[in-house]
Amino acid sequence: MAVPTYATPLERIWHYAYLVICGLIFFFLIAPIIVIIPLSFNAEPYFTFTDRMLSFDPEGYSMRWYRSLLTFGMQNPDATGWAFWSDAWQNANWVKAAKNSIIIGVFSTLLATVLGTLAALGLSRPEMPFRRAIMAILISPMIVPLIITATGMFFFYSNPCELLGLVGLPTNCGRLAGTYLGVILAHATLGIPFVIITVTATLVGFDQSLNRAAASLGANPRTTFFRVTMPLILPGVISGALFAFVTSFDEVVAVLFIAGPEQQTIPRQMWNGIREQISPAILAVATLLVIFSIALLTTVELLRRRSERIRGVTPR
Amino acid sequence: MTRRLIAGTALALIFGVAAQAQDGPINITTYGGAFGAAVNEAFVKPFTAETGVQATMVDNDNPPATLKAQVEAGNITSDVFDVEQSDVLRLCDEGLIEPIDPSILPAAADGTPAEDDYLPQALHECATAIMVWSTVIAYNTEAFPDAAPTTVADFFDTKTFPGKRGIIKRPKYALEFALLGDGVPADEVYDVLSTPEGVDRAFAKLDSIKDQVVWWEAGAQAPQLLADKEVSMTLAYNGRIFDAIVDEGKPFAFVWDGANLDMDYWVVPMGAPNRDVAMQFIAFASDPARQADLSKYIAYGPPRESASASVGTYKDGTTEMAPYLPTTPENAERAVVNDAGFWADHDTELTERFNSWLAGA
Amino acid sequence: MANALDPHAAIATTATGLTDGALRTADGRPLVRALARSQSLARRRAFLLVLPLLAFILITFVVPIGQMLQRSFYNDGFSAHMPQLSQWFADNPRGVEPDDAAWTALATDLQAAAEGRTIGIVGTRINYDVPGTRSLFTSTGRQVRRGLEPPYQAALLDINEDWGSPQLWSAMRNAATPLTGNFYLAAVDRSRADDGSIVQVEERQQVYVMLFMRTFWLSLVITAITFILGFPIAHLLATLPMRKSNLLMILVLLPFWTSLLVRTTSWMVLLQQQGVINDVLVWLGVIGGSQRLQMIYNQTGTIIAMTHILLPFMILPLYSVMRTINPSYVRAARSLGATSWTAFRRVYFPQTLPGLGAGALLVFILAVGYYITPALVGGSSGQLISNMIAMHMTDTLNWSMAAALAALLLGAVLLLYWVYDRMVGIDNLKLG
Repeated sequence: MAVPTYATPLERIWHYAYLVICGLIFFFLIAPIIVIIPLSFNAEPYFTFTDRMLSFDPEGYSMRWYRSLLTFGMQNPDATGWAFWSDAWQNANWVKAAKNSIIIGVFSTLLATVLGTLAALGLSRPEMPFRRAIMAILISPMIVPLIITATGMFFFYSNPCELLGLVGLPTNCGRLAGTYLGVILAHATLGIPFVIITVTATLVGFDQSLNRAAASLGANPRTTFFRVTMPLILPGVISGALFAFVTSFDEVVAVLFIAGPEQQTIPRQMWNGIREQISPAILAVATLLVIFSIALLTTVELLRRRSERIRGVTPR
Repeated sequence: MTRRLIAGTALALIFGVAAQAQDGPINITTYGGAFGAAVNEAFVKPFTAETGVQATMVDNDNPPATLKAQVEAGNITSDVFDVEQSDVLRLCDEGLIEPIDPSILPAAADGTPAEDDYLPQALHECATAIMVWSTVIAYNTEAFPDAAPTTVADFFDTKTFPGKRGIIKRPKYALEFALLGDGVPADEVYDVLSTPEGVDRAFAKLDSIKDQVVWWEAGAQAPQLLADKEVSMTLAYNGRIFDAIVDEGKPFAFVWDGANLDMDYWVVPMGAPNRDVAMQFIAFASDPARQADLSKYIAYGPPRESASASVGTYKDGTTEMAPYLPTTPENAERAVVNDAGFWADHDTELTERFNSWLAGA
Repeated sequence: MANALDPHAAIATTATGLTDGALRTADGRPLVRALARSQSLARRRAFLLVLPLLAFILITFVVPIGQMLQRSFYNDGFSAHMPQLSQWFADNPRGVEPDDAAWTALATDLQAAAEGRTIGIVGTRINYDVPGTRSLFTSTGRQVRRGLEPPYQAALLDINEDWGSPQLWSAMRNAATPLTGNFYLAAVDRSRADDGSIVQVEERQQVYVMLFMRTFWLSLVITAITFILGFPIAHLLATLPMRKSNLLMILVLLPFWTSLLVRTTSWMVLLQQQGVINDVLVWLGVIGGSQRLQMIYNQTGTIIAMTHILLPFMILPLYSVMRTINPSYVRAARSLGATSWTAFRRVYFPQTLPGLGAGALLVFILAVGYYITPALVGGSSGQLISNMIAMHMTDTLNWSMAAALAALLLGAVLLLYWVYDRMVGIDNLKLG
């Protein structure tokens, strides 16, 4: 963004001041993320820069928290070789949490993406009845405060069939609280609004005549969808899916309320790490997750560029 | 085919395989963490070694809720649970746990029957205490190089002992503690707190240092506040401070005056599949020598008087545990035993008033 | 509505169709009907696509919330386990002194509840209204299990004279019907006096109204700050060339995708009195070593941490709207003699309003329901209403109270949501 040639000197000064202000705001955004990286190498179990760290004494730094990601919860952390790794894979708390996070994240994302994309296709058809009202309902999981959603889910998932009693059916069909299925359903619910919003936004720019062209050339609706519509809206779907995945991956309130001990996810384990058993291990996890996020963001950026190439929009 | 195999594996991964209750092997559910590990070493492994009955530890972050759910669903997968005092009252009143016959508990070495050997409140019609922990004053020794604080009154004296104070952000512990600081004898605390004037008195005492207080909610925050020098003195759970002193070499120390003792209990869910084995386990874990052994792994005290004397050293082999335990006689001199019955009655009312007081200017 | 037609329907008008004055399709049906039919088919198809998700959301989201709200006005903890006494209350209006029948009903119910081990539930329900009565029920329960002889009034008063308290009888009468508004009254710091009238609770017990006000006020402040900080950033990103702005966008998205808990923790590291910011200020000599600022465990800490966490929710919608604003409008305004400020105020800013609306709605609503961050950095003055809901859910186990507080909060949020939908339209919500 260059200063226009007709700008007055005052406007020039303002322009540079504006850039400085923006720089400061970016610093505000990023500083808390930068500060955790050195702390994850703290030799002491507290979230503080020790004197030894500040004087760059190598004694003040250690890899112990990264090691504890593997060893915490293991049966026999002193083993070597194969026994160590298989023990870590099966028993280490953080490894278990990572597995849970991925299982729950993947399945809830799949569910949210499939249902959300179908619904977005329906919603973007001009014939859709009660469009606005239905849209409002589908987006509401994002709008209703999480504490309320989690509270409601806690009761419902403890006994999902309670309401069947109203129509005279048996009211006891087990619990969803404390099961993987329960957490997956809850996280899918929370991720759905993101899928709806991103996919409908993509469909706004979608030229419906392409579908009609395919149909007129003899393609049945299924072929049309998979060969024409899908490739074009795919970036929107993927970006929605990423939002849904990240929502699940970072969600702790619903997990606190409805997950059981078997479904401890990474954020749940971090919650423990902040409140119950203070440990910079959560900072080590955070550092790893920042790297993971950068990888994800790069993927999204590449996808965006690809989609622009396909649609023939040249970047400004 | 491969695809089906993968799908099958994925399903098995997600939903797990429901464990079927059988005769013989028992499951023991605790809050897990360091305490779970200690219970495993001190009770569970020796039990299996001695009786040959397979016993397995299950970690759970909310055992009473799980117990309630399992009993109500008629699908009990654990035979013994570790719960806190307030839960014992509720679960017993609601008929969710089995009564425990005190005559199954072994007598002390000198022949004192179990009923006389346990601390007050440690035996309940439905539960027996596992261990005693306490909420106690801890301070950073570097903050007070000249004279160390020794009493609850010193905690409230910010002139002689400057620096901020950390207090737990809930009325339980904070109010009892304020009364002790105001000179109420330990055995009268709950009587005074039952009167409106007593509650006013406790709040007035807290008011006197309100602008100097940093409130904490989770147990791990107290040692963090001390280590960061955010506070010079704080209420804390004794186990956390012990870890900081012994494992991390932090310059922290205790003031045992006015400690608030609390207990964890063994309970057996109503209709447990291996009820008899569960009772056998509880009797086994009630042995004074076993209880003293628990203190080898974690800084919690035994609930039986006769066990206190036989407490040895920490697992590092050098640290004498007795000075760090809330049950050691000299530490317990001016201790209050937490009254869960009082808090079951007054929790909501006092929590509302406490929050209202906190929020006020 | 031509594009509403099913592409497979062969539609043609024929000359014959015109003879009776109505258009007909090739197979001779009236065009109006064919159109209506194909339209309703298209409608049904669109609806069928949405249906699975709608059903999913209704079952996993709308129903649970409805069920939870039901608890705020329905609590049968007393009436289900004390049937006879509840019946007596139903038969005798307020003001009737408890007679022998009442005392007999009380004693029978207490005996049954003590045998059935439900007395704890009954006591807990009454304890919500009259603190200290839970133990009255449980201890009486233990005694009546050993047997109770008539006359019951004397026998019960003998066990504990509190059984004669008018306050207790009034509370039992209130609890005798499972439908109750008392939890809502309590949620706005009101209660029912012994004669049934509604009064304000004692001043030192009042907490919820103040917390609701504080929650809305803090959320408003946070929304305003995110706007002030987010607007320049969104504008910069929207006016830079795409490749540069996408790089800078990573700086916005990285915090957005970093765990909430981690960001909150790192604010604790930065803000505490011995923390990084205070250290830097002391080192620079801005403040003395003994005047370290208290920036955490109070409202300041809550505002800073929540602003940071919610800022991307303001930037992203603003950015997506600003991207679409044609820069030539501002140039046109300048060329017509507007100063840069006027051009911004009169031409550019009004076009950003939909993005601002979406951002403000998101930030405000998320802030209102925030639980984690205030719980960790809020201290005593940074607590919000959500912390009270969580406390009643997990600590005091007064779920009806939690539900009543949640219902009031939900009502406020839905009102906002509705206003937003009227003004901007919920289908215009965009993220990046």
